[in-house]
Amino acid sequence: MKKFVFSRVLQAVPTLWVIATLTFFMTRYAPGGPFDTEKAIPQEIKVKLESHFGLDRPLFDQYLLYLKNLLRGDLGPSFKYPGWEVSELIATAFPVSLTLGVLSLSIALLIGIPAGIIAALRKNTWLDYLPMSLSMAGICLPTFVLGPLLIYIFSTQLGLFPPLGWYGPADWVLPSFTLGLFYAAYVARLTRAGMLETLQQDYVRTARAKGANPWQVVTRHALRGGLLPVVTYLGPAFAGLISGSFIIESIFFIPGLGKFFVTAAFNRDYTMVLGTVLFYAALIILLNLLVDLLQAWLDPKARQAQ
Amino acid sequence: MSVEKSSSLGRDAWLRLRANRMAMISLFILIGITTVSFIGPLISPYAYDQQNLDRVFEGPGKDHIFGTDNLGRDLFARTTYGGRISLAVGLLATLVSLVIGVSYGMFSGYTGGRVDAWMMRAVDVLYALPFTIFVILLMVMFGRNFLLLFLAIGAVEWLTMARITRAQTMNLKRSEFVEAARALGYSHGRILFRHILPNLIGPIIIYATLTVPAVMLLEAVLSFLGLGVQAPMSSWGSLIKEGAEKMDAAPWLLFFPGMFFCLSLFALNFLGDGLRDALDPKSSKD
Repeated sequence: MKKFVFSRVLQAVPTLWVIATLTFFMTRYAPGGPFDTEKAIPQEIKVKLESHFGLDRPLFDQYLLYLKNLLRGDLGPSFKYPGWEVSELIATAFPVSLTLGVLSLSIALLIGIPAGIIAALRKNTWLDYLPMSLSMAGICLPTFVLGPLLIYIFSTQLGLFPPLGWYGPADWVLPSFTLGLFYAAYVARLTRAGMLETLQQDYVRTARAKGANPWQVVTRHALRGGLLPVVTYLGPAFAGLISGSFIIESIFFIPGLGKFFVTAAFNRDYTMVLGTVLFYAALIILLNLLVDLLQAWLDPKARQAQ
Repeated sequence: MSVEKSSSLGRDAWLRLRANRMAMISLFILIGITTVSFIGPLISPYAYDQQNLDRVFEGPGKDHIFGTDNLGRDLFARTTYGGRISLAVGLLATLVSLVIGVSYGMFSGYTGGRVDAWMMRAVDVLYALPFTIFVILLMVMFGRNFLLLFLAIGAVEWLTMARITRAQTMNLKRSEFVEAARALGYSHGRILFRHILPNLIGPIIIYATLTVPAVMLLEAVLSFLGLGVQAPMSSWGSLIKEGAEKMDAAPWLLFFPGMFFCLSLFALNFLGDGLRDALDPKSSKD
């Protein structure tokens, strides 16, 4: 197990290097620069700024310098927010995105898993059809349609929740549900499929034959195997939650990292873009590792394969 | 001989698909939406970018069946015109991903050995990349180039296709008819295109049907962030964005494009599921 984790962490190094290199050269070859503002700034100030940030040096030297600093964990200063380090900006904005992500995922699992279990246990009854039709509708209703709809119903019409902003828990409700419901729909379908398969397994039948009560059969025996597809799905779900948060943050005007990233790309804030991309990549790699470990814990077969 | 066999397989699949009610409804919805999108701009008396500042924010009515937007543009013309673009992006970007993915997967699986191992390793590395982020970055940095949009989306979606194709090719490579073809001295190219590719068509069609909605979603996300097609052109994504902004004054601006878009996704997903059951009966659920 230790060896597995270690080798995965080692594998992450070349991946992150590839990402850093790609992003570095992509941003630099794109037209425009961080100090090409609409309001022209005097030429000598621009030259001074560029030399201050080392932008006047040969590109390859800049690249090597960036990698060297990166190895020390230094993401560099932001070009657009004077006096701010990129790491400080991420540390400010990420907790907002994290709150949104955790809340959405909790909603997805808390709604999706029970709905899927009930649908599987009552297969081909209305308790199966109703949640499954709803979940199909949920999958086909993208967040950028659902979000405005929820604002329209719960904010404009009913006045229950604020339509935008991020000041207190009341602001959290609509964004988290918008993002969470889509994944709840997916999780419900996966749980149902997984449960249907495990409920037919011999060990579940044995447990039933031994007279375990139905509740115990589900929670102690079937659930563990039945949740495997959900766990597998968590990997792509995390990545999706991150890109989904870009949309949500833009709909509800939430000052999260996604919004910072898009703004930074527009402003050609090179270090901020690179830092955010690397941060997201590292996060995805870490989360995928956690998913694999969770999978190994749930599934003895996968454990042996590792 | 092989022609006869494949046609009867195809007919079997068609019969199975026809028996699937949801898949058939989806097929009709798709045909309907596609037709409306293509003839809509032709029969509409208004052009998609024709403004009429005397008739802004008009609800659905006799003159404008879907209503008008803040510049008095006809929403029916804009929605159907946007449908052309969304559907075209969906199909073309899927085609890009298909060509890349299938050739990559076939080559990797057929060659095998160390080449295969390295090629699949590369796919694994790419899988770990936060791709949506890259696409967003690409679109922001290099402007909203339509061609770039196809390429960027296609480049994201080919990975799974490559994996599926590779696995199938590896299986087919060991089959007797490929062995026979090799014994007859056929070239690798001929074996790949005449013997292996036709047997890949089932999985390719299934996955392509499921890729189209994914691609359309990505295009809509980009348009929603203001990175897709630019005004006065429209796509469903950009119309939904405009609609969401003006929802309080004119809910129909969100409703019609949203409905077209959601219905298409819904139908494509169901059709993909139906095709999977029809073309690959072994994998059918329950």
